[in-house]
Amino acid sequence: MAVRQGRYTLNLTTRPSIIGNAAVVGKTEGEGPLKSEFDHIYSDDTLGEISFEKAESALQREAVIRALDKAGKTPAEVDFILAGDLLNQCIGTSFGLRELNIPFLGMYGACSTMSLSLGLASVLVDTKAANVAVASTSSHFCSAERQFRQPLEYGGQRPPTAQRTATAAGASVVAASVTDKPCVEAVTFGRIMDLGVKDANNMGAAMAPAAAQTIADFLHDTGTTPQAYDLILTGDLGIVGTKLLKELLQKDYGFDLADRHADCGLLLYDTKKQDVHAGGSGCGCAGSVFNSYILRRVTAGELKRVVLVATGALMSQTSSLQGESIPAIAHAVLVSAPQTAL
Amino acid sequence: MATTGQEYDSMAKKASPPSKKAKDLFCAFTIGGLICTFGQALSWLYTRVGLSEDEVKAAVPVTLIVITAVLTGLGVFDRIAKHAGAGTIVPITGFANSIVSPAMEFQAEGRVLGTGAKLFSIAGPVIAYGTFAAVIYGLIAYIFKLY
Repeated sequence: MAVRQGRYTLNLTTRPSIIGNAAVVGKTEGEGPLKSEFDHIYSDDTLGEISFEKAESALQREAVIRALDKAGKTPAEVDFILAGDLLNQCIGTSFGLRELNIPFLGMYGACSTMSLSLGLASVLVDTKAANVAVASTSSHFCSAERQFRQPLEYGGQRPPTAQRTATAAGASVVAASVTDKPCVEAVTFGRIMDLGVKDANNMGAAMAPAAAQTIADFLHDTGTTPQAYDLILTGDLGIVGTKLLKELLQKDYGFDLADRHADCGLLLYDTKKQDVHAGGSGCGCAGSVFNSYILRRVTAGELKRVVLVATGALMSQTSSLQGESIPAIAHAVLVSAPQTAL
Repeated sequence: MATTGQEYDSMAKKASPPSKKAKDLFCAFTIGGLICTFGQALSWLYTRVGLSEDEVKAAVPVTLIVITAVLTGLGVFDRIAKHAGAGTIVPITGFANSIVSPAMEFQAEGRVLGTGAKLFSIAGPVIAYGTFAAVIYGLIAYIFKLY
């Protein structure tokens, strides 16, 4: 039963398991280095829908249905679904999941939603408030562009620090501990962090301090160093944010990430060949990479302990236009390999 | 000691790669120049087929606007503009694209509050401040009898 460890971390003593997971992605993501890892790749980013918002809803619903299917559960057996996305009022999620008839807890953590929802779902299962809880999230390049930036066909240039919002969704089904599935050991919910970055085209720089703070909180609370983990996996810091994260962790907290770090935004795309500037972003970036490539390797025991640290930029178009800086958040979830794979 | 906002600002600037200015300037100059040369060619063509000077002044921008609108609709314009930057924004092509692209994008929200309301969401400020600048210029010209 969740026990507080240190100041910010929850140790989930029953070790809830991720009994099913799925990731579905759009065309560009399906052309990236992880193409063989996803459950489904859509060749048409509209998914046959009349709007991109509907397409995003369909994307998230598909991820949830596939994850439940792989877990051998029906929607009727799920006690809670914790989910969110980037769109105003989280319509990608609420419209996508409305048919499932599952008690719904809407999450907003911007691009940190995967670790926020997975962390909370695991706490609910660990405390026996839920037998089965689903954590899911999505983002869509086209729906995000039209909400946060310019129309798709607008002919503008983006700076090299900009990132591409992934068309992707991921879902994890969490239930009581089983020996042959990955389990969630601990969760650290992050604090809002803002070092004054105002450039909405440089999200990596805005979010790196939040990631550094949460990783440091987690490591302090657990009395460990990065070397105790196979991977510390950030969500969407991209090229710029990754560089800054390493600098900040070393400078402010004395931790050396060395070779233990990877970023979903850099795993999802080939930044040299694909036109994604500084890497991927969006809730679905961490959602899809974690629920495919990473969980597959954790399940196989290739990665024994992984800390997922999805990061989110908590600004809106209004706050950006009003000249506000970008507050950011990061939540950490420690996932470990199944007992049978150890 | 914790990094301050000021320190982080310089760290972030150092970590962020700058735009490739030489390449951007070259592409903007070349592609923008080609568009203007094409406009000049159209002007000659229309003059040759017998249009008056006033008609040519209207026909050339209209042709460029139509070509831009078609290229925007086909999803080609933004691919050119990605390289051209100011080269496609500054000529009338940029203005046409800034109206056609939201018109296409917001169809899903309906003809009135979607396409209609969002049509000038990018070009609106240009029109508003352009008109304002024209009024100021007109007043100066009137007061100092520059016409």
